[in-house]
Amino acid sequence: MNVFKALALCAGLGGLLLSAAYAEGLQGKVIGFSQIGSESGWRAAETSVTKQVAAELGIDLKFADAQQKQENQIKAIRGFIAQGVDAILVAPVVATGWEEVLTEAKEAGIPVVLLDRGIEGPEDLYLTSVASDQVKEGRVAGEWLVGAVGDKQCNVVELQGTVGSSPAINRKQGFEEAIAGKANLTIIRSQTGDFTRSKGKEVMEGFIKAEDGGKNICAVYAHNDDMAVGAIQAIKDAGLKPGSDILVVSIDAVPDIFAAMVAGEANATVELTPNMAGPAFEALDAYLNNGTVPPKFIITESKLYTPADDPQGEYERRKGLGY
Amino acid sequence: MTDAAARPVLEARGIVKVFGQHRALDNVDFAANAGEVHALLGENGAGKSTLIKILTGAYHPDAGELLLDGQPIHLRDPLHGQGYGIGTVYQEVNLLPNRSVSENLFLGRQPTRFGLVDRRRIDAQARDLLSRYGLDIDVRAELSEYSVAVQQIVAIARAVELSGKVLVLDEPTASLDRNEVQRLFEVVRGLKAKGLAIIFITHFLDQVFDLADRVTILRNGRKVATQRLDTLNTTDVVRMMLGKDVAFEHHPTALTGSTRGQVRVAFKGLNRKGLAPFDLAVHEGEVVGVAGLLGSGRTEVARLMFGVDGAEGGEILVDGRPVTIRNPAQAVAAGFGFCPEDRKLDGIFGDLSVRENIIIALQAKLGWFRALNREDQVELAGRYAEALDIRAANHDMPVKLLSGGNQQKVILARWLAIDPTFLILDEPTRGIDVGAHAEIVRTINRLREEGLALFVISSELDEVVAYSNRIVVMRDREMVAELAGPDIASDAIVQAIAGTPQEVRP
Amino acid sequence: MTRQTVDLRPSTEPPLPRPRPLASLVTRPQVIALAAVLFVNWLLFPGFFTVTWQDGRLFGSLIDVLNRGAPVAILAIGMTMVIATKGVDLSVGAVMAISGAVAAVMVTSGYPAWLAVLAALGAGLVCGLWNGILVTLLEIQPIIATLVLMVAGRGLAQLITEGYIVTFSDPVLIFIGTGSFLGFPMPVVIAFTLMLLATLIVRRTALGLLIEAVGINRSAARFAGLSSGALLLIVYTFAGFCAAVSGLIVAGDIRGADANNAGLWLELDAILAVVIGGTSLMGGRFSIPMAVLGAMIIQAMNTGILISGFSPEFNLVVKSAVIIVILVLQSPLSARLFRRLPGKSQ
Repeated sequence: MNVFKALALCAGLGGLLLSAAYAEGLQGKVIGFSQIGSESGWRAAETSVTKQVAAELGIDLKFADAQQKQENQIKAIRGFIAQGVDAILVAPVVATGWEEVLTEAKEAGIPVVLLDRGIEGPEDLYLTSVASDQVKEGRVAGEWLVGAVGDKQCNVVELQGTVGSSPAINRKQGFEEAIAGKANLTIIRSQTGDFTRSKGKEVMEGFIKAEDGGKNICAVYAHNDDMAVGAIQAIKDAGLKPGSDILVVSIDAVPDIFAAMVAGEANATVELTPNMAGPAFEALDAYLNNGTVPPKFIITESKLYTPADDPQGEYERRKGLGY
Repeated sequence: MTDAAARPVLEARGIVKVFGQHRALDNVDFAANAGEVHALLGENGAGKSTLIKILTGAYHPDAGELLLDGQPIHLRDPLHGQGYGIGTVYQEVNLLPNRSVSENLFLGRQPTRFGLVDRRRIDAQARDLLSRYGLDIDVRAELSEYSVAVQQIVAIARAVELSGKVLVLDEPTASLDRNEVQRLFEVVRGLKAKGLAIIFITHFLDQVFDLADRVTILRNGRKVATQRLDTLNTTDVVRMMLGKDVAFEHHPTALTGSTRGQVRVAFKGLNRKGLAPFDLAVHEGEVVGVAGLLGSGRTEVARLMFGVDGAEGGEILVDGRPVTIRNPAQAVAAGFGFCPEDRKLDGIFGDLSVRENIIIALQAKLGWFRALNREDQVELAGRYAEALDIRAANHDMPVKLLSGGNQQKVILARWLAIDPTFLILDEPTRGIDVGAHAEIVRTINRLREEGLALFVISSELDEVVAYSNRIVVMRDREMVAELAGPDIASDAIVQAIAGTPQEVRP
Repeated sequence: MTRQTVDLRPSTEPPLPRPRPLASLVTRPQVIALAAVLFVNWLLFPGFFTVTWQDGRLFGSLIDVLNRGAPVAILAIGMTMVIATKGVDLSVGAVMAISGAVAAVMVTSGYPAWLAVLAALGAGLVCGLWNGILVTLLEIQPIIATLVLMVAGRGLAQLITEGYIVTFSDPVLIFIGTGSFLGFPMPVVIAFTLMLLATLIVRRTALGLLIEAVGINRSAARFAGLSSGALLLIVYTFAGFCAAVSGLIVAGDIRGADANNAGLWLELDAILAVVIGGTSLMGGRFSIPMAVLGAMIIQAMNTGILISGFSPEFNLVVKSAVIIVILVLQSPLSARLFRRLPGKSQ
């Protein structure tokens, strides 16, 4: 068992050396980041936050935009492997078809961290995956509403995301879980607003007409902030006051919803943090520098923001991120 | 029946076919004998194609029966008919142009070896088969590389191979030139000698007399007669087809140079790749006829004159003034009109009304903002429809519902509406029935008398002779001879086309 | 002779610019379809036809149908003419995004609203002209030529907005999207005006006839001396212009330019509206008002689904089922069946 002893010694020595290196964190490390593209404001913010955090940590970030195509991502990952990067971040555009290229990375000894979305396949192909819990996001939104209305009777209308998409399914589920036991809270109408402002506005218009000019509606729950912004305009056009006549709660925490909060037109939002890279870098730091294997799934915080949380400040902070 | 010995192979008895209110066929009898070519004649709408479709199984008769070798048969579809030995070859060859000749011959029944198509055997069989039709071609080449005549023969070979009892030829010669027609006829005569019953549909009366033994004539869905052709002459046949006496106004030598006026349009050294430069002047009140085989360059000359194809050199003068014609719009602006050979493809706007089809060229000439109002349109359409005797229930109906002859007259009316200086007609009588044919010939004569300059291409010599002051003969994409006045006669033209130099005057 | 006495009832005839009896108008399949969809909406939601006066404007579901249908209706006005020439313009959705992006970025950079509007419309014209050039001069098939801009155009719009949803508070742009005139929402007023103008122009000039001629038989059009190239350029450019107008409305409506989503898939709704309006994809006869009616049928359906309370999983199924019914009603087969009916009842 000499070999083992030697290895153990090496590990020990390495540990010592690394603990010295730990102070420098990821300083000077080369990390490849294969991003899906820039299909949404949140995605753009994720890219800019990742770049920002990497710059703060002194990481040499190699960024590759895949323009929604898996083959571009695979090409980028192969490129990273060939360059001998220290680690790879991937926001996978689809869930399947990764085994070959991730096996190549594994054989090259390069740890891979998945951001924001998961993949199907053996879990040993990647170090960890950093993602939000979409069900939890819905639950946090629902819990806020439960607290906000108390025992008052409240009819809720729901603006769903794109039919069949996982955020739409999960955020709906979480919200329903949160209000499950409350007899005074009922979802009276639920339609898809396709995650867009204009559909959100159009659907809300329809809801208001169908519910006695909006008098039957006590709150609107939107699966994302963009739809909520559209809904707020529809509420105003109908001569009602969003934020008081109809409560507005949504998910994502994009800058414009904070602007609405400042104007008193939105009541709560749950953050889907664009900072997936932060936890990813932390895990990589621990792994590369002291060999600490992180948990397989790192869940980001689903933080609730209300007008009490300095919406003006949040707006300013987020404005430049590319939302 | 004079031929008691002849055995009917395919017989139709008392066939009735009704479409809506219209009796397309009314109690029609028809019999095709073994070893004969039986021509089927009739004006457009007489019921020829309906009868053919019933004989081949494409339509089902509402009454009457079909007998094959004396046994009643009920055809489900043309494929079923093929199984009984009834094969059809259409005017538009319905083979696969981008497959090889041998594949076309054996499609659907390729000899295979180990489950794979045995190409070499196919090719050998194809060569063998075609040699019996006097065709020695590379059977591996794509069908589309060959002329329509060769394709036609390939189609016949395929049909005979598949069927072998009855062969229906539906206007097979419409797009062939004289030599090709003769070649096709040789093939048909060979098949006749082998005992096939051949049913032959065509517009060309001379071909009927050349090839067929008997003729059945239909008129308005009824059978007029079935007779041996050696007992008939052209006038008899036409009389039976039309139910009235019509005669071409033949005046082969009546037109002389003296009737013509000033030079309206002059082409000097006009040329384009593949077309020899030519000089030609057309006078007021003159018809210049063009004779030549298909592919001699006659259509190309017309396209060049009208700017459809751009000229690479030469000039065009209208009333002595040079004009630029690089596209049809400029030609129309210069007062030219052009009735193209392919009426359906290049002439009519099927879904537009008769009225709109008539005024469209004038409207294009006037431009978008000087729209003819409805009253003007109605007046114009009415005037020219009357002048040309266009028969339509009303002028708001889509022109596609008119017969071929009336469509041709609509296009003629379109050009008359722009008050043209020069009119080009490319095969104005092709594919239209005999009655309309005579009318168009009369119209050409009348337009000439009214002082128009015309340039008329036709493959029917009798027709060109009937209305031309001068005839330009084309061969090998070149104007090789010009006949005028008393020299204009069918046989002189034939000699010029054939290129017997001693007969052609400089 | 029998061929020449075909009886053509006016009801089967393609639209012509001339007064026709009201009876024949209300028996058009499109009108019947719209009435049927509205009737079903009323069954689902009895307050559907209630229109009230609120804050100086008309307010109600029916007004929503008109207002929400306006962007597609405007696209359909341009698309009708493109389709009449046997073409198609897939890029209009992307051009909407470009137009909105141009206007939004200009007002947020401090330019006056009138200049932003002009620039947005100009961008639409340029996009349309580009399509026209690809189709006419380079003779690329319309579906491919406009696919180029459909894909690239959205990217261009994202470049203009730098990936943000550019929000603005310019009163003029917002008025275009959400204002009202004589009680009607501005989008409705704009769509109606554009429809009247376009119809007048194509029918008072010979443009309509010449477009139809080019669409029915381009070769024959050439032989008849038509310059189809110039016509196609005009038609595609106009489609671009319509898309730009639509893009301004959509941006004004949400007070922002959403390059990712503005006009997304609306080209397909516009094509559908044109087809429902009875213009064949094979080109030829066209009717702008009928295409606008088609857009309204689609929107009435969308609004109906919204207020019906069905779960959104049914949206597409319901929509496609209704569309199939409408298209079957318009098919030559049912036209023949319908024509026979009165004959039998007499």
